[in-house]
Amino acid sequence: MTVLIPQSLHDALAAATANPDAQIIQGGTDLMVEINFNHRKPTDVIALRRVDEIRNYVVTADKKNVVIGSGLPYREMEHGELAKLLPALAQAARTVGSPQIRAAGSIGGNLGTCSPAGDALPVLSALDAVINLRTASQSRDISVHDFMVGVKRNARQPGELIISATLPINNGWQGYAKVGVRNAMVISIASCCLVIDRIKGSVGIALGSVGPTVIRCRETEQWLSMQIDLKNNSIVAPNLLKEFGDRVAKESKPIDDHRSTAAYRRHAVATLSRRLLTRANTQ
Amino acid sequence: MSNATKTSIRRDVLGASALRPDGAAKVLGKFEFSSDLHAEHMLWGATLRSPHPYARIISIDLSEAYKIDGVEAIITSEDVPGKKTYGLISSDQPVFASKIVRYVGEPVAAVAADHPETCRRALAAIKVNYEVLIPITDAELAMLPSTTQIHPDGNLIRHQRIITGDQNLQGEIIVEAIYEMGMQDQAFLGLEAALAIPDSGGAGVEMFVATQWLHEDQKQIAACLDLPIEKIRITLGGVGGAFGAREDISLQVHCALLALRTSRPIKMQYGREESFYGHVHRHPAKIWIRHHATRAGVIQRIESRMVFDGGAYASTSAAVLINGVTHIQGPYKCLNATVDGYAVRTNNPPCGAMRGFGVVQACYAHESQMDKLAVACGLSPVEIRLINAMVTGDKLITGQVVESVAPVERCIRETDAIEMPAPLARNANALEIVGGSGLTSLPHNIVRGVGWGVSIKNLMYSESFDDFATARCQLQNGVVNLKFATVEVGQGFVVLAPQIARSVLGVDEVIIDQVDTRIGSAGSTSASRQTWMSGGAVDGACRLVRQRLFEHVGKIHNIDPLRLVIEDTDVVDMLGDFRISVIEASTGILIDETFEHHHRPTEELDKNGQGNCHVAFAFVAHRAVVDVDVELGLVKVIQVATAQDVGRVLNPIAALGQIEGGIAQGLGLAVMEEIVLDNGKMRNPSFTDYLLPTALDAPQVIAVMIEEPEPQAPLGAKGIGEPPCISVTPAIAAAIRNATGRDLPRVPIRPQDICL
Repeated sequence: MTVLIPQSLHDALAAATANPDAQIIQGGTDLMVEINFNHRKPTDVIALRRVDEIRNYVVTADKKNVVIGSGLPYREMEHGELAKLLPALAQAARTVGSPQIRAAGSIGGNLGTCSPAGDALPVLSALDAVINLRTASQSRDISVHDFMVGVKRNARQPGELIISATLPINNGWQGYAKVGVRNAMVISIASCCLVIDRIKGSVGIALGSVGPTVIRCRETEQWLSMQIDLKNNSIVAPNLLKEFGDRVAKESKPIDDHRSTAAYRRHAVATLSRRLLTRANTQ
Repeated sequence: MSNATKTSIRRDVLGASALRPDGAAKVLGKFEFSSDLHAEHMLWGATLRSPHPYARIISIDLSEAYKIDGVEAIITSEDVPGKKTYGLISSDQPVFASKIVRYVGEPVAAVAADHPETCRRALAAIKVNYEVLIPITDAELAMLPSTTQIHPDGNLIRHQRIITGDQNLQGEIIVEAIYEMGMQDQAFLGLEAALAIPDSGGAGVEMFVATQWLHEDQKQIAACLDLPIEKIRITLGGVGGAFGAREDISLQVHCALLALRTSRPIKMQYGREESFYGHVHRHPAKIWIRHHATRAGVIQRIESRMVFDGGAYASTSAAVLINGVTHIQGPYKCLNATVDGYAVRTNNPPCGAMRGFGVVQACYAHESQMDKLAVACGLSPVEIRLINAMVTGDKLITGQVVESVAPVERCIRETDAIEMPAPLARNANALEIVGGSGLTSLPHNIVRGVGWGVSIKNLMYSESFDDFATARCQLQNGVVNLKFATVEVGQGFVVLAPQIARSVLGVDEVIIDQVDTRIGSAGSTSASRQTWMSGGAVDGACRLVRQRLFEHVGKIHNIDPLRLVIEDTDVVDMLGDFRISVIEASTGILIDETFEHHHRPTEELDKNGQGNCHVAFAFVAHRAVVDVDVELGLVKVIQVATAQDVGRVLNPIAALGQIEGGIAQGLGLAVMEEIVLDNGKMRNPSFTDYLLPTALDAPQVIAVMIEEPEPQAPLGAKGIGEPPCISVTPAIAAAIRNATGRDLPRVPIRPQDICL
């Protein structure tokens, strides 16, 4: 196994373009487990840990978006300016693994692995993130919804590197919540992100761990925006709140596995989404 | 009389919170665990395991594997020179499966090669042709005579009844239920590992192993290798936890065989996944139980049928079963009983020893019943337990009289007196709330519950087994050298043994010799027994040395040795002014004594389950306070209050460590720890999916140690390792029932059990 450790984005892109089949590694929190278990035996690895250009974030000049480098560790998202701009992302980041894992893990890793349990992915989905992918010669932007194509499958082409995720600075409430079977360091068995855009009067709801990939609840979003004027408030009557959760659950596609059951996961996303909508009105 | 009135407490004697000598090294990552072992020119060993829960081996083809560069040996059942099977109680488990595999993970072959990666390739290249059979994974089904018997010894490992008193008594109040418990893993952190170094000419082998019982390993390895016992010399490798999972042989025989075959040192170590396959687990159990009581709540009769799933091989199932049936009455008076217990063989992973050893299952059932009984009689959980609390002198359902100190009532009352935690604050930090950083719940989603559990646990081995312990003490120039084969698995004998020597002999410097088989057995580090047994052996050896020292001093200074005592670090004449330091008194001489401590003999149970089968008992009460997000079924244990019958506290900080650790393990069983099985296959053999409590799951523990010295125990101290993890599980379950109103007859309690 050869490991290339490029020291700049330029070198990393050149390396990836020259060896499109190379395994890309960022924090290694997923990949090293797979390698240790012999589930994957890469021959060539490109490590991005030293590529500083993708380990930061910038607020765009118009103050409308945040561009988050794919290698920015979750630890950096938990507090500070970024947490104020993107509270749901901060909340999701805080639930990732242990402090050690959060010091290594990144959005690029979540996107690269593309597990439906990736903690940051529902936030990216609910905020309609745009993912930037590059080769040595080309750059393209793709919606996160098109990027996540299936269980651990994404739209990254051989030779491309995941560079960043662009997320809008939203005018309205956003929050994230997760269910796991213990109180820390746990893979989610259901998670939910809810984002309210007061300007557009729209809501974004995305679910983790209840389908082959992160699920965006488009029908429920549309239904909710017809029930209430989201530009002004998001207070719903108890009967509507119940229906809201039921509709979210209906859009989920969970399975039974060793971590939980489909029935519980459906119940959990209904409950989490109701709680988030309630929090949107009270926090 | 000496007029000295020194009141200073010497450092690190009995009763002091002496610190572990290995503590700093473990915290700093410098402790050498067995997996750190290394020898020049060593090869690596690895094990090929069955992917099927039940299959016939049609053929094993090693030819492709042998072609791989670096492969030095491949062994199968045919290469086992001695006994082809091993086992702690009955020798029913093959070193390698030859014709039939009976569980997923059963060893079929082992390889030795120059590198772990070469081993992995070799294992992948071994072609085993299986005829897959339909596994028997349900214990109730397995025990039917009409079911396929999956082992020549049959599917019923042991059946034991307890029949005593009035078999027809019907109580004014009758409560009954069926309780179930899932399969818990010991989940020690230091994985299985061993190093075997062959003697030249293959006459014997030197082994370094992380085990619980050196001499039992030695005996079983020697039988499989067909070598005299003394040709297998075992030194303890660094052990990172055990909890029962190292009592059985895992890689020892394979490692020794490969070393003898290759004439090279062999290193074997399991990864986490292989560890789940490589050791036994806690028995899943299904327990039907019916209590008869008076309207006032006095228990009159117990009926129970207990089924323990032993998995594919017997291991210690027969003894686990005995603990289960003999403890089903709990720490309560009961004169009449009708109990049937079965340990059954299935194609599930083998089960054996784990902290609590059969009593955990029984306690979950009897404590759940006590709460039902309390409700039926209109009593509180505390009242029903106080009404029935056992005392010293009570007769158990086995006919055995409890001679141990039995402060059950005091355990309950002192636990009850511990202050309850403050109510959950409306503005509590997320990390203090169910769901933690997941921001799952807010304070208004949470309901608080309180529950109780009280238990009785036997100490030491039972049913006529003489699990003695040996220790040797040498005194020279004021320095004590202790030698024993007592395995340190984390429980703290490495700190206790020197404390004993300091107290008995008035020395400061105590050296512990290498722990190996060059001295008599110490028995297993299990059954809460080492403080009592090996502590008794060290104490005995030190007392013999002290007697010899007094004789020596008496002779030189012309004083009757009977007048001499140890005071601090001096030998002192009780009736005169004579005083000499132990250092001076022992300069230039060597006193060397060895002592074996045996507990009193016990008996086997007869066919009606009658007999003095246990040595002694310890008691404990737990009160758990939990916060439950009832809507999502999530739980956070807030506080566990406990008062434990410890006899005498020999090291407060070590005792508290045992109590806190045991509570965390019992909490795991209550709400998260379970090996999920699907038709005999483990679904979660990893720490990603086999969930252990984290710091955020561990509750506040407030512990009271009840010190009523046990007359039978050499140091007055009862074993304290197991009781903490036994009744905390039902206490937490009861607290969740209290919060939710649900029946919850099964642990671990899963979110869906609470909210769906």
